Amino acid sequence: MSVTVSTTVNGDSVDFVCAPDETLLDALRGRLGLTGAKEGCGTGDCGACSVTLNGRLVCSCLVLAVEAEGQEIATVEGMAAGETLHPLQRAFIDHAALQCGICTPGILVAAKALLEKTPDPSDEEVRYWLAGNLCRCTGYDKIVRAVQAAAAEMRRA
Amino acid sequence: MAFDAYVKREFKQVGTRVARPDGVDKVTGRALYGADMVAPGMLVGRVLRSPHAHARIVSIDTSEAAAMPGVKGIVTGRDFSVPKDEFLADVAVNCLAQDKALYDGHAIAAVAAINATVARDALKKIKVEYEVLPHVTDIDVAAKPDAPVVLEGRALETVPAGMGANVTHRCEFGHGDLEAGFAKADKIVERSFRTAATHQGYIEPHACLASFTTDGRADLWVCTQGHFYFRTLCSEMLGMEASQLKVTASEIGGGFGGKTTVYLEPVALMLSKKTGRPVKMVMTRDEVFRATGPTVSTSIDVKIGMTKDGRITAGWADMRYSGGAFQCLTCEMGAQAAFAAYDLEAVQTVGWNVMTNRPKEAAYRAPGAPQAIYAVESVVDELCQGLGLDPLEVRIKNAAKKGTKASYGPTFDDIGLLATLEAAKKHPHYTAPLAEGQARGLSCGFWFNFGGNTCVTMNVNTDGTVGIAEGNPDIGGSRASISLMAAEELGIPYEKVRTIIADTASLGYADTTDGSRVTFAVGIATINAARDAIRKMCKRAAMLWGIDEDAVEWKDGAAHPAGPNAGKFPPMSLADIAAKSFQTGGPIAGHYEVNADGAGVSFGVHLCDVEVDKETGATKVVRYTVFQDAGKAVHPDYVEGQMQGGAAQGIGWALNEEYIYGADGRLQNPGFLDYRIPVASDLPPIEAVILEIPNPGHPYGVRGVGETSIVPPLAAISNAISRSIGTRLQELPMSPPRVLKAIKGAA
Amino acid sequence: MVKVLLWGSLRAHTDGQAEVEVEASTFKEVLDKLAEAYPGLRPQIERGVSMAIDGRIYREAWFTRISPESEVVVMPYMTGG
Repeated sequence: MSVTVSTTVNGDSVDFVCAPDETLLDALRGRLGLTGAKEGCGTGDCGACSVTLNGRLVCSCLVLAVEAEGQEIATVEGMAAGETLHPLQRAFIDHAALQCGICTPGILVAAKALLEKTPDPSDEEVRYWLAGNLCRCTGYDKIVRAVQAAAAEMRRA
Repeated sequence: MAFDAYVKREFKQVGTRVARPDGVDKVTGRALYGADMVAPGMLVGRVLRSPHAHARIVSIDTSEAAAMPGVKGIVTGRDFSVPKDEFLADVAVNCLAQDKALYDGHAIAAVAAINATVARDALKKIKVEYEVLPHVTDIDVAAKPDAPVVLEGRALETVPAGMGANVTHRCEFGHGDLEAGFAKADKIVERSFRTAATHQGYIEPHACLASFTTDGRADLWVCTQGHFYFRTLCSEMLGMEASQLKVTASEIGGGFGGKTTVYLEPVALMLSKKTGRPVKMVMTRDEVFRATGPTVSTSIDVKIGMTKDGRITAGWADMRYSGGAFQCLTCEMGAQAAFAAYDLEAVQTVGWNVMTNRPKEAAYRAPGAPQAIYAVESVVDELCQGLGLDPLEVRIKNAAKKGTKASYGPTFDDIGLLATLEAAKKHPHYTAPLAEGQARGLSCGFWFNFGGNTCVTMNVNTDGTVGIAEGNPDIGGSRASISLMAAEELGIPYEKVRTIIADTASLGYADTTDGSRVTFAVGIATINAARDAIRKMCKRAAMLWGIDEDAVEWKDGAAHPAGPNAGKFPPMSLADIAAKSFQTGGPIAGHYEVNADGAGVSFGVHLCDVEVDKETGATKVVRYTVFQDAGKAVHPDYVEGQMQGGAAQGIGWALNEEYIYGADGRLQNPGFLDYRIPVASDLPPIEAVILEIPNPGHPYGVRGVGETSIVPPLAAISNAISRSIGTRLQELPMSPPRVLKAIKGAA
Repeated sequence: MVKVLLWGSLRAHTDGQAEVEVEASTFKEVLDKLAEAYPGLRPQIERGVSMAIDGRIYREAWFTRISPESEVVVMPYMTGG
């Protein structure tokens, strides 16, 4: 059995056919070719698959693809505006906030969701907000600094 | 090689914090990792794994699974001939079991099907008849003569007679008269320690895409630390010529040593060969934990003697390591590293390997050293406490330095340990007042580093830009540091250089990205490839000027006449020479191939402050500072990143991470929920202090920095907690229940 | 002749000597001569060894020159992560 799903991803209307038990992560990666979201665990523990569903931060490995029907999904692929990187993306490069980069898409999506709610977070707020996104390379120090630098830039804009 | 010896110089670009070339791809989601590749007609492969810790495989019936619609191929251990070489045989048997399942999660069979659902369903239809055997997962139990035997006949000639069959290796290092040394001591402390196996915990599970064609050629796309080594392993296991297998390294989502060996790859190739279609295989997190690279688990005894004024008179350690269900020589590295930070008259370390029904050990950042140094640094700290001495002063007093006979044999050349300790002493952290309930700990760390085989090709493009092909997967910014070294040597802007990681068909052999070797060894090759290209460019300039090529010298990115006698010509830039290359003999490229030595050992010192919740036993690290000698930090951001990342992994190892086996021999915590790696809110800011004591074996003085940083946190944190709760902890991880038990035991 | 220092457990194959002398002028000659004089060392040499020559560790550099006054230490083959 298959289901047709009509949804919006990064502002584009898209349709795909999927199995009823397929995750949103598998649909994004396998059906739509959006491989920016990564599967690190499949159990909602690592946050590498973070996307937003109607603006709410979710692990796409814990959302069924069919739940996207009529909703708005945003992924890392939609963060930059054409050639212009989002301030978070720029800051992650400038502050060396990534090493291997596998957690980076999820962390960027999560950090963006944080700054939309909390434009001037404390370091502690950044650390607790990102506690659902595992990074094994950096020790998080440069990630926190990059998020704060981007937040400062966004507050100035 | 005199040519490669360190020469002091003023750097223009090396040491700057440039943007990494793969940054945009990685922040936009465009970078392609192991699981991100697809191929037309691709099948999905899945592995059936043993639910038993130890069992004889009586039979495997795949007929029902094979008959399912959508199932295209099945392989078992019988599809592979076991290589004669014992080491290779172990790798092969670990990829697919032969007659026995040796640990919970050991691969038994694999299926290729039209999609993941069919593949998963097919696994359930494979009937495996097991004869369950007694198992052993605890190292101390496994070492006993009456323990269940994991594999017969694996002991090396190094093992004395009368040991149990699971004891497969013994090694011993050291010098001096131990008895006389201990006799000189005013205080002797002897303690036993245990450390749990931990996992590298890379966020990207193992993944590959294999495509075998009917004429016997194959392509493999894979996340790996070493695609050339993967080619060697896979081609030997599949009985094919290396040239017929092209391996391309994807971007790699973390490795830390864990992606230095094959698991899925030979299986995917065999499935592709059998089905005639590309096969993609991706591990689940559960599979990553159960079947890939943990570290050794250990049980270690240490005895150290010290005089009242803090001089260590003798050090001894007996360390049992278990590398899982196969032979493992990691104990050699631990036994050599244990006392490396000290200048000792009498020292002896003995290492053992003991087999257990656990997954095959894979390297993890300074493999073998963190456990050994944790035990030694714990005892040194306890001696300092007992004698009322400052632990940093004691380390300074006993520090290994140039001219010290290392505990593992050779005499040290220039090493940065004393400078690193002095830097820690001067740093405000060391004298900062501690809040009520807080305690401070410190530890030294050490790793050997190595160089290894490396090829670099440097292409000078006609527009004045430069392309570099090298063979080491970039795990933490190495493309940036290689481009920086090329730009420095050539005298052109960093932005004009692009470095790529070539596949195995496009470049000569490169050893794996491990041993903290890439910036060091690929750096040597890059600098020398640049010098080769410069020689060629000088020759072209000489032709254009009509002078002798010896009369041309290279500086600031251009050829210059070497002196007034050479003639008066304006400098000819790299771009000028490149633009005329077709007219002066053809394209210009520099090459260099080397098996680099002279990596230079690396020392680090970590300082930490902790707060222990006496009600719950939970530890909070409140301040952390890393001091490490980088020789020369080519890209300081990514050097700091290695120091911070290693520290974070070590903190996880110290406080939470462990493989927990049940009485049934099954892994109890194969997921990130129960195998808890540090999250952002667990950690304080980690300050990284880079020292630069040039390595005499590298033209820019570079030392590897990737591994040492995981070594000191184990003891640094244990020492802090032990001081905080007033009793010495002797087991890792120091999880809240263990700390609570120690607090109650002390009360 | 060069003096070659062996690690502890190899002494079982050299009549208990920690330091032995061989006639050699390169990395490879040292190993060949050791295996010849002390056949018990052969399995270890075949598994792979490193050699520290005047404090610098070499892994496979067969033709590295060794002078009679060099400090030569045989070590296990270096690995890393």
